[in-house]
Amino acid sequence: MNGLARIERRAGLRAAWTGLALLALAVPAVAAAVAESAPTPARQTELIYLLKQDCGSCHGLTLKGGLAPPLLPATIAERDDETLIETILDGRPGTPMPPWRFQIAPQEAAWLVQQLRQGVHAE
Amino acid sequence: MNTSIILRRLRTFVAGAALVALAGCAGTDTLRGSGDLGLIIERATGSIQIIETTGRTQLATVKGLGDLSHASAVYSRDGRFAYLFGRDGGLTKVDMLKAKIVKRVMQSGNSIGGAISQDGRLIAVSNYKPGGVKVFDAGTLDLVADIPAIDADGNRSKVVGLVDAPGQRFVFSLYDSGEIWMADFSAGGAPALRKFPDIGTLPYDGLITPDGRYYAAGLFGEDGIALLDLWNVDAGVKRILDGYGRGEQPLPVYKMPHLEGWASAGGALFLPAVGRHEILVVEKESWRELGRIPVHGQPVFAVARPDGRQVWVNFAHPRNDVVQVIDTQSRKVIHSMKPGKAILHMEFTPRGEQVFVSIRDADKVDVYDTRTFDRLTTLDARKPSGIFLTARANRIGL
Repeated sequence: MNGLARIERRAGLRAAWTGLALLALAVPAVAAAVAESAPTPARQTELIYLLKQDCGSCHGLTLKGGLAPPLLPATIAERDDETLIETILDGRPGTPMPPWRFQIAPQEAAWLVQQLRQGVHAE
Repeated sequence: MNTSIILRRLRTFVAGAALVALAGCAGTDTLRGSGDLGLIIERATGSIQIIETTGRTQLATVKGLGDLSHASAVYSRDGRFAYLFGRDGGLTKVDMLKAKIVKRVMQSGNSIGGAISQDGRLIAVSNYKPGGVKVFDAGTLDLVADIPAIDADGNRSKVVGLVDAPGQRFVFSLYDSGEIWMADFSAGGAPALRKFPDIGTLPYDGLITPDGRYYAAGLFGEDGIALLDLWNVDAGVKRILDGYGRGEQPLPVYKMPHLEGWASAGGALFLPAVGRHEILVVEKESWRELGRIPVHGQPVFAVARPDGRQVWVNFAHPRNDVVQVIDTQSRKVIHSMKPGKAILHMEFTPRGEQVFVSIRDADKVDVYDTRTFDRLTTLDARKPSGIFLTARANRIGL
């Protein structure tokens, strides 16, 4: 019993260490990717303004929906990032959703999707 | 103790003085009509500004109107009360002379516009969610009728393009199911509903001609317009202007055009094309296309000056910093100006000598002389969108 517990503990410890090591590797990588692709603060302000005012003309200023569907965290939860980013960049043929690639870069679209998932509040 | 008595007395004195001041304001020398009043929607702050167009000044701000991100207003027939339709489903009655909210009801989750009946007694609101039309008593805002927009298959639809029509009728379009419905309140009590299904895909807005005869629904999903002759409703809906819509290769549209205020002049109508940088010129009655006028961007509003001599056009994002003026005789752009980013709306005074232009990103409303194009004044407003003057009270479909 004691031996087993010790082995289990050791295994758990090893797993924890492996996890930590992986985390140590992964965290800076993710952080670096986000930092690299995140728009500048000035551009972020522009993008949020665009989102509220221009996307808002169909999706609602508060993103609660209008002629187009709502863009609230709960309503976009079932869609993956890729689909959402692609929709922003290339629109949705057969619907009034137009492509925005001429104004929004792919990494900016990715950043916008992150913001939408967190919830963008009208001030 | 002593101080508190003094304070109380002081307060009484101040209150008294304020009352005297108010009474002075309400005296006969300040009695005024409502014919030159109007309101500016401040979309981000849920407020409106009450303005007058004679001296071009701001009279008051009314707050607490909810989400006005896509709001519109109609007026009581005496021009005293404005009925505002907010995005959040709020219907608010505002006293324009007292600059006060008289009553406010939350009538749905998400609404888009409304209309006032021919006799001024009914207010109809078109709703996205839940889709349908609700009709209220204009005096009390009590619910009079509820018309859920449910098609033959049981699906609920968003409602767009709600207008009033002569004969105490309201006409509107079902966005998702592609139908035009007419609700006739002339018998009093429950409305008689008449439905016109299969008018085409995704009607995005509707309008009634200023004479109240034709109701037209613009189609987003198809190339054309659905037209209902309200003098001959038994003839049903017909399709006009193939080529008006998005075309065989649909162009992306960055803001849905508005069909309100379809400009009519000299036997021709001037309409915003969908997606294209053009204004379409269409012959009245025959609905034949007479030509196209190239313009700066995708038009959103094409509004005729009340005398029909000019048509003013604003544009969709990202070309929304320009206003162009078309001369309806030569059918050419005769003036372009760049008042600022995000021009959202233009409203003429009833005889057309001035136009009020809202410039959202500049937080201002410019007023122009329509003959010289000189800027007469600028009014400060926070994120202004729609501008609605009380003269609308006397026009069919507005």
